[in-house]
Amino acid sequence: MLLTDSDKAMLDGAEGPATAAAMDLLVRYGRALDAERLCDVRNVAGTMTQPSPVKARLVREGGWDKAYAVINLDSDEDLRIPAMRVPTCQLQQSFGPDSEGIAPYPKEMIELQSDAESFYGRKGVNILATCTPYQVGNIPVRGEHVAWMESSAVVYANSVLGARTNCEGTASTGAASLTGRIPCWGNHHAANRRGTHLIEARTPVDGPLEWGMLGYFAGGLVQDERPVVTGELRQPDLLDLKHFGAAAASSGGVEIYHLPGITPEAPTTQAAFGNGTGAGAAPPEAVPYGERERRGVYEDLNSQGERADVDFVLLGCPHASLDQVRETAHLLEGRRLHSGTQLWLMVPRALRTTADRNGWTGTIERAGARVLTDSCPAMSRSAPPGTRVFATDSAKQAHYLPAILGIEAWFGTLQDCISAAVTGRWKGELR
Amino acid sequence: MSTRRTAAAGAPAPSPSPPETGRHPHAVVELHGRTVVPGTAEGEALVSQATISGWGGIDPARGVIIERRHPLYGQSFAGKVLVFPGAKGSSGWAGFFQSTRLLGTAPLAMIYVTTTTKAALGAVVTRVPAVTALDRDPLTVIRTGDRVRVDAGDGRGLVTVRPAHPAHPQ
Repeated sequence: MLLTDSDKAMLDGAEGPATAAAMDLLVRYGRALDAERLCDVRNVAGTMTQPSPVKARLVREGGWDKAYAVINLDSDEDLRIPAMRVPTCQLQQSFGPDSEGIAPYPKEMIELQSDAESFYGRKGVNILATCTPYQVGNIPVRGEHVAWMESSAVVYANSVLGARTNCEGTASTGAASLTGRIPCWGNHHAANRRGTHLIEARTPVDGPLEWGMLGYFAGGLVQDERPVVTGELRQPDLLDLKHFGAAAASSGGVEIYHLPGITPEAPTTQAAFGNGTGAGAAPPEAVPYGERERRGVYEDLNSQGERADVDFVLLGCPHASLDQVRETAHLLEGRRLHSGTQLWLMVPRALRTTADRNGWTGTIERAGARVLTDSCPAMSRSAPPGTRVFATDSAKQAHYLPAILGIEAWFGTLQDCISAAVTGRWKGELR
Repeated sequence: MSTRRTAAAGAPAPSPSPPETGRHPHAVVELHGRTVVPGTAEGEALVSQATISGWGGIDPARGVIIERRHPLYGQSFAGKVLVFPGAKGSSGWAGFFQSTRLLGTAPLAMIYVTTTTKAALGAVVTRVPAVTALDRDPLTVIRTGDRVRVDAGDGRGLVTVRPAHPAHPQ
């Protein structure tokens, strides 16, 4: 792999031993990928604060310096971690102090995480604590090379924003933060961003439920490749595409998609496939997404529910937008949750501040529901005690949570979920 | 319609009988490919026909595959040469495999087919010899239980497969 003089200097220790260890990891990683070189990044979204048993042990042994060296740099050396070289944010983590007494999660882990926030805050890490950094001020521009983790954020950054990132990991983002470099491989190259599959919606796609189902279909079809979607698409907004991408990155490993006329790298369908240049330049034959396929996705996502008694409703995956918080408050206004059912709405803490000011949090809490931040039941492996059946408006949570927590799942609209929370019964159906 | 059980598993379900390897039952087979992580290791193979998840897919404390729909559900890869099509799922993949090293349950070596950032970084931070881009499909040539040696040099990697149970001549 080709290293610049600056890369070599970092590797040789000119910027200190922690930066040398970071560059060493990037060189090992770049060689493993067979990358030709590294590229510059000035925006890193990674994870370092979330507690785990291994991390707790490392912190006991050598503080957060040790934890970062081992987990985020894959180094056994005794390192002092310097300030982040390039802007870095913490993605979603575990439940924090504002969830204490609501979400079952060990107090010592909450304290460990708070300690981490204080350490990494001093190192320059922005503790956004959300899977949707693009909702709270971290919005890379088109063509910008970044190093992000979190599959739903990666697919949003590549597809909707036109930024360039692979689906990075804990160690590669940790090393990128200290060097401003990442292997120039995969999605960093224009030729690897062109569409591979064409999907034509032959049923109207409008609103987050429909966009989520279409995303789940697309991911199942293309797996790790790059879908281009045309047809009866109503102009989507941030919320719709948040759900489309998260679903496509759950049923498959989609890291980039194109919506001709909507997303920035696809002014036309031809352009989405590379404008007649390179391999796969001509659009392939369209795979239809019609009423039959739509119903198939819905039934698949609802195949993990048997009992109609719902004891838990989970909203906000990926973390809710302000529109979702407002709509949830509107639907819960003057109502009261069923005595045997809990409802958690997950939001970025920065947006919760706005929701508090607008009175939405108050409305939601008066109904007996909760607005929680920083995490989610899947990340913290935490749901209300005794949960057996949950309902959600997120294809991603319906996909993952049954396996992670061993519970049944129902998937439907926000209205279906609110109805289940108020009555304790699932009555959702595809309309 | 793709269902979660098949499409989302990222690979076809395993066939009920072992795949046809096309090899002579006694033959030692060599496969040539590209080094992902340099090093040498020899041990028993565990072959997964389905892609593997990190987060929600393995338990690093036990070195066991825990994804319920996975064909190797409940099986341990600790101390084995793990042969698999590739990585799927969350971006925490590498971190989970790094934990297997820290907890002493790591595989002995890795052989995978599809290079992704997850699999490449995972092999790096697990710090075991790893190879990919082999000249024959390791998922059909290697069977669980075979004795496999991985010689991952500077650039090129060699995999030597010794069948576990040579069939009796008919």
